[in-house]
Amino acid sequence: MPVDIDIDHVARLARIELTDEEKATLKAQLGQILEHAAKVGEVAAGDVPPTSYAIARANVYREDEPEPSLPVDEALRNAPDREGDRFKVPRIAETSS
Amino acid sequence: MTELCDLTGAQLSTMLAAGEVSAVEILGSSLARIDEVDDELHAFLTLTPQLARERAEELDVYRSSGAPLSPVAGIPTALKDVLTTNGIRTTCGSRILEGYVPPYDSTAWTRLSGDGAVLVGKTNCDEFAMGSSNENSAFGPVHNPWDLARVPGGSSGGSAAAVASGAAVWALGTDTGGSVRQPASLCGVVGLKPTYGLISRYGLIAFASSLDTVGTLTRSVRDAATLLSVLGGKDPRDATSLDGDPQDYTDGLEDGISGLRVGVVAEAFGEGVEPDVAGSVRAAVDRLEGLGAKVEEAHLPHAEYALSAYYLIAPSECSSNLARYDGVRYGTRALGEHADSVAMMFATRGQGFGSEVKRRVMLGTYALSAGYYEAYYGQAQKVRTLIIRDYEAAFERFDVLVSPTSPTTAFPIGAKVDDPMAMYLNDIFTIPANLAGVPAISVPCGLDAAGLPIGLQLTAGVLGERVLLRAASAFEAELGLDLRPPLLAA
Repeated sequence: MPVDIDIDHVARLARIELTDEEKATLKAQLGQILEHAAKVGEVAAGDVPPTSYAIARANVYREDEPEPSLPVDEALRNAPDREGDRFKVPRIAETSS
Repeated sequence: MTELCDLTGAQLSTMLAAGEVSAVEILGSSLARIDEVDDELHAFLTLTPQLARERAEELDVYRSSGAPLSPVAGIPTALKDVLTTNGIRTTCGSRILEGYVPPYDSTAWTRLSGDGAVLVGKTNCDEFAMGSSNENSAFGPVHNPWDLARVPGGSSGGSAAAVASGAAVWALGTDTGGSVRQPASLCGVVGLKPTYGLISRYGLIAFASSLDTVGTLTRSVRDAATLLSVLGGKDPRDATSLDGDPQDYTDGLEDGISGLRVGVVAEAFGEGVEPDVAGSVRAAVDRLEGLGAKVEEAHLPHAEYALSAYYLIAPSECSSNLARYDGVRYGTRALGEHADSVAMMFATRGQGFGSEVKRRVMLGTYALSAGYYEAYYGQAQKVRTLIIRDYEAAFERFDVLVSPTSPTTAFPIGAKVDDPMAMYLNDIFTIPANLAGVPAISVPCGLDAAGLPIGLQLTAGVLGERVLLRAASAFEAELGLDLRPPLLAA
């Protein structure tokens, strides 16, 4: 059975605007992919530990020393919009006036 | 006719050192080939001929002083467009990064460039390296030089097509679930995915961080060993890069494989494998035996669950990594007036991502969401443990494992675009090595009845690159294939 997912909820979590057509297609395709993917539930028993990285590494530290950083103009060069030395975005909070 | 750009990096490097040819002449040959074939192949997204000429001229001056050269110096090189290049557009094959010009070099390119490699351009790929056919590039598909109506494989399809056609002598790709090996197989070139962490990921624009691996596409196993020797080794800028200094992987490359224990993966010859592919790989196994290898059947009992685990783990990591594309600091922002920043982000991601990227971000978001995390992502990570254990058991008995790289040869453009599950099955034999972090290589082993290349996959244990490359080199020498795509004969 294809998995029935709430496509509007997932799209909201993923912050992606989808057309109605995309939603219909994705709902069907994701349902089918998840049906196949659910196979992972068949084998791995509770006593099998999960692996997040195949080659385990302990925490990797470095000295906390200041280093030269990217100049402001370089950092802003790819900005879609800027104002002075800042990234400019549409309003974030409601303004009370 | 064989031109300079049709030679291997090793051959060209020898000629350069002997003063028989200049870096400018080699580059001229490569750029002429690009002019000749790339309108048809579409292997490149950005060409850098001017920078390349300057670099080649500098090298020739340096060379004339008698200074010793690195084996990568003066060799025309292509980079998959997911590896950042300072001042050169890097798109990931995506609209959302269409105009992105990175302010830094990836470590992989820093190392090659530092040794004098000459960048000819950035290669086309599936968007954010998600795909097995290159049809997911926002800038149009790459065509296979063996048959222009067919896919080159993916996601490093542009790199594979560039190397197969002589447009570049070698190229870098990236391999998260087979994205170097599968296009190498479909284009008749050598594709190496080293051990996870051996090559730094710094500047590899992230798709699935626990799986992403920089790899090489070359026309010989020796060239793969040469590139790995320059690329490998600890990088403080990537916390997951493995400790250890760079090594010379060409050392002992031709020592042969007498007594080598070769395991033939029984699970890799089942349903869905084309008869010509299975036959060619079986014949390759006979050749390995003829070279003195001890061949027996091997088993990876959990391999059948690898695809399911991969299509939960990779999209989950992808959904997290791609959260950074929000239209604020870089990348394309959706045009028009937006009510607020969140509306801008929705519109930017809706317009900027292609359908496969949306599919995987949505899949990963779902798999990580409240109530589903344990059943999907949590279980997939447990399956990953079982697959690692399978390999550990197999490598107690064997030095290398053998299977087909891909169940099929190159398929027609458009054949699988509407069926994601069918497309994902292309990577069924390459995915397990990514989940376990082990090194694997695809080497051409023949042609099918339609004249399309077939790839043999060899896999070794963690940091088993030496034995892997030695086995691949012995096989390559024994087979003696001279692979020239028909495109070049015309």
